[in-house]
Amino acid sequence: MDTNILEIIGGSIAIAGSIFLLLGSIGLYRMPDAYNRIQAGTKASTLGTILSLLGLFFIFPSWFGKFMVLILFVLITNPVSSHVLARAAYHIMVPLTKLTQVDKWKERREIDESRKAHLRKVKIQKEGE
Amino acid sequence: MKWKNYLIMFIMLFVFWLLLNNSLEKEIVLLGFGISLVLPFLLCGKCEVFTNLSLSPKAILYSFLFLFTFLIALVKANFDVARRVLSPSLPINPGIVEVKTKLKSKIGRVILADSITLTPGTFTLEIIDDSIFVHWIDVQSTDIQENTKLIVSQFEKYLEVMYG
Repeated sequence: MDTNILEIIGGSIAIAGSIFLLLGSIGLYRMPDAYNRIQAGTKASTLGTILSLLGLFFIFPSWFGKFMVLILFVLITNPVSSHVLARAAYHIMVPLTKLTQVDKWKERREIDESRKAHLRKVKIQKEGE
Repeated sequence: MKWKNYLIMFIMLFVFWLLLNNSLEKEIVLLGFGISLVLPFLLCGKCEVFTNLSLSPKAILYSFLFLFTFLIALVKANFDVARRVLSPSLPINPGIVEVKTKLKSKIGRVILADSITLTPGTFTLEIIDDSIFVHWIDVQSTDIQENTKLIVSQFEKYLEVMYG
């Protein structure tokens, strides 16, 4: 009797997790550009995986430690991997969607580049003199 | 200073050992204790990653509060994504905004960037000096101060005490 209740609780938590994973994959399909896809993918997959593992914990309570380590691992690695993917995408100039409102990083880089170009010019002028 | 780093590394290794083994038998605990006592000296020269980590009671309390805030933000983030994905009009308003951080230590910044990534509608693209470039799915303003308040400050106040 007791184990049955635990199994039902664990199963429902795991199902909630898989629903989040499903929503994440729908997000991957619907979002317009790489960055928004990464947004949907990262968040949904993190909570989805955590909930699935929690559900498993209710079914196999003796594996508590291993699930804790797994959850910690997912929490640490997931944001890092998505950050690296997005950064790489930005550096090879994967285009942003047309809906994009503002791109501060580009502005910053343009400022930096114009400053560098200016410094180069000044240096050349000084060497010329 | 150096001993604190070894102590943190030892605690982490020992807790991991206990979690993985999942038993409190005498031999297993003693073996893990011995191994995690020796390993920090072999593995890390100075373990500089932990230098800024504070071990005061306030910092430990704040790390629990931080974890709590973070988990709430994570759940919120998921419902946010679910709402955006499921609504037929796809209500997104994306852009890359700049925010400033007051944190100085490397580990503090890493954890801040990771938490930004897992909170509603934002993820970290790049850190240059003290400015973080964040991709935001629903841009509300382009002002640096305002965005800092909206995105960063909820975690920063805890991380400041924990890592400085």
